[in-house]
Amino acid sequence: MKRIARENLTALFRQISAQQDLILPVKNGNQVNFSAWTEDAAVDLDTLKTVKSPKDAFFPQSENLYTCLKENGKLKIEPEALRDRPFTVFGMKACDLQGVAVLDRVFLSEPIDTYYAARRDHGTIVALACAEPEESCFCKAFGIDCTNPAADVTVWLTADSLYWQSNTEKGEALTKLAGDLLEDCDSAAVEAQKSATAAIIDQLPYMNISLEGWNGDVLTEKFDSPLWEELYKPCLACGTCTFVCPTCQCYDIKDYDTGANGIQRYRCWDSCMYSDFTMMAHGNNRTSQMQRFRQRFMHKLVYFPANNDGMYSCVGCGRCVDKCPSALNIVKVIKAFANEGGKNE
Amino acid sequence: MQELVTRVKELLENGTVSRVLGWKAGDLSYNPEPAFFETAASLDAFVYDGFCGANLSKYLIEAMKKEGKTLVCLKPCDTYSFNQLVKEHRIDRDKTYVIGVGCKGKLNVEKLRESGIKGIQSISGAEADGDCETLTIQTVYGEKTFAYRDAMLERCHVCKGKEHMVYDELIGESKDTADADRFTEVDLIEKMSPEEKFAFFQRELSKCIRCNACRNVCPACSCRKCVFDSNKFDSAQKANADSFEEKMFHIIRAFHVAGRCTDCGECSRVCPQGIPLHLFNRKFIKDINSLYGEYQAGADAESLAPLTDFTFEDAEPSVVAERE
Repeated sequence: MKRIARENLTALFRQISAQQDLILPVKNGNQVNFSAWTEDAAVDLDTLKTVKSPKDAFFPQSENLYTCLKENGKLKIEPEALRDRPFTVFGMKACDLQGVAVLDRVFLSEPIDTYYAARRDHGTIVALACAEPEESCFCKAFGIDCTNPAADVTVWLTADSLYWQSNTEKGEALTKLAGDLLEDCDSAAVEAQKSATAAIIDQLPYMNISLEGWNGDVLTEKFDSPLWEELYKPCLACGTCTFVCPTCQCYDIKDYDTGANGIQRYRCWDSCMYSDFTMMAHGNNRTSQMQRFRQRFMHKLVYFPANNDGMYSCVGCGRCVDKCPSALNIVKVIKAFANEGGKNE
Repeated sequence: MQELVTRVKELLENGTVSRVLGWKAGDLSYNPEPAFFETAASLDAFVYDGFCGANLSKYLIEAMKKEGKTLVCLKPCDTYSFNQLVKEHRIDRDKTYVIGVGCKGKLNVEKLRESGIKGIQSISGAEADGDCETLTIQTVYGEKTFAYRDAMLERCHVCKGKEHMVYDELIGESKDTADADRFTEVDLIEKMSPEEKFAFFQRELSKCIRCNACRNVCPACSCRKCVFDSNKFDSAQKANADSFEEKMFHIIRAFHVAGRCTDCGECSRVCPQGIPLHLFNRKFIKDINSLYGEYQAGADAESLAPLTDFTFEDAEPSVVAERE
């Protein structure tokens, strides 16, 4: 294990970004989100959750796929270049990391998404252990240990130091890049933090929520439940929950008229909450907000595990809990079904 | 709150109303949700406290599709939106029963979070009744206290007043919570140079993630189909093709609600990125006040609004270039 004093972190970030792009939590106004490191960026590693998850690093909200241009009767197609330079995402949490594992299932299965794969190949993830989890966190329900996220590098932040443990080849390369800024140390402080955090986790209201009854085999039972008709009502049909979520991976592909006989084909995040989600030539197969609302939770807790060896596509980060304008969220949905089945916690 | 629950139950049971639109207790101490109640038993989950900031007026548009009267609980500021929706024929006044509920300012849990309070287990002092001026917050990191006033939503600091603009009956006391002028922030922006203004809005609007929460919560955004949801556009309502587009969405929306926006503040309450969206609307309100005389959208449900009326005294378009 290695360590670096907090006051030397800027030097570390400078050293890394001299060689490659560095993306980390930066405060802008009262919001913290992942963005590129610059000398004057207000780096904030102490705020537990960024508003948006860091999934943009691998799956940006909008990206161009290719451009077409018609010239002299000929069609020229220019694909967007794939990521070919290394970059580091610093400060992902254990939940965000599991979010990437969910995205991997989608984008790295055949047919492989080359845009995503190129970013995964060139990206190094430094995951930051959680020290002060919050009441909206429920990662433990999904078997995630927020005190020890296993990425390329795992780091722990204490009052005066950042502790550093590299776990992979990419992690070793980054450690080498950090060079003399890191010094060897023992793991006493890290172990102390892990047990202190574990004690806090046990006191948080959502951490022990039961997922009993949610799996890939309950499709018809859950789909047909009359509960959805009650649960969706306060939903405003905005896309906040889906856009702050680390695992929501649905996207739309559209053409943008660039004028002069050209188009730019781009893809952008889509939201099952939106009226044109999965719109086809014949129309839309979900015509009510109840159906769109149900889709989101069925996808996370039933369809995804059915197709991915039981893996849920919720990671318990709690961002939807924090941000829903109508105070709806996946925990309330899980609890409502538990109460219905007499399995009240 | 007990008086409110008892009365609401009575009106539902005696058939005066077919359903109740209010708030249902959440599973944390600060997350009650808007809810329709159709049986007296379901009202056991009814709650009304400092965290019931959501403006329920817009939910009535859905309720209008149903048989019978809907009872709605409205705070003083919500009644402006209600009137405006009646004026725009989106709500049928005869199918509603309005209980004006007392309000002493609504709370924003983000204010607690910004101060570093986390791991919240319970909050006391957020009751709608009483004069408690301090919130006591139990957290896994110890007990904290926070002044009620400091935890209020921005809109409560520029409260339009404790009077309900429309109601069938009133339950509970209201307080005037204003301690700031609502145009102060607009004045500051007006004093900026064009370059500073551009930089300010660029910085704020570039945070936008196009979640559409501002639009969907807005009582003035009640179009059956929003122009931004049209699939005939070559841009999408869910992505910014460029930095111009993120501004375009908000500016078009501000123009569309100009003269109809009651300044209910819901857009800024729900923005996950903390963009002060209300500033656009306040600029329009300020301009309308200065060009056409003081006007408050939603103060009544009948009068013609400055932008939908014509008088010979109306400002000429050239005023834009002429005025300071």
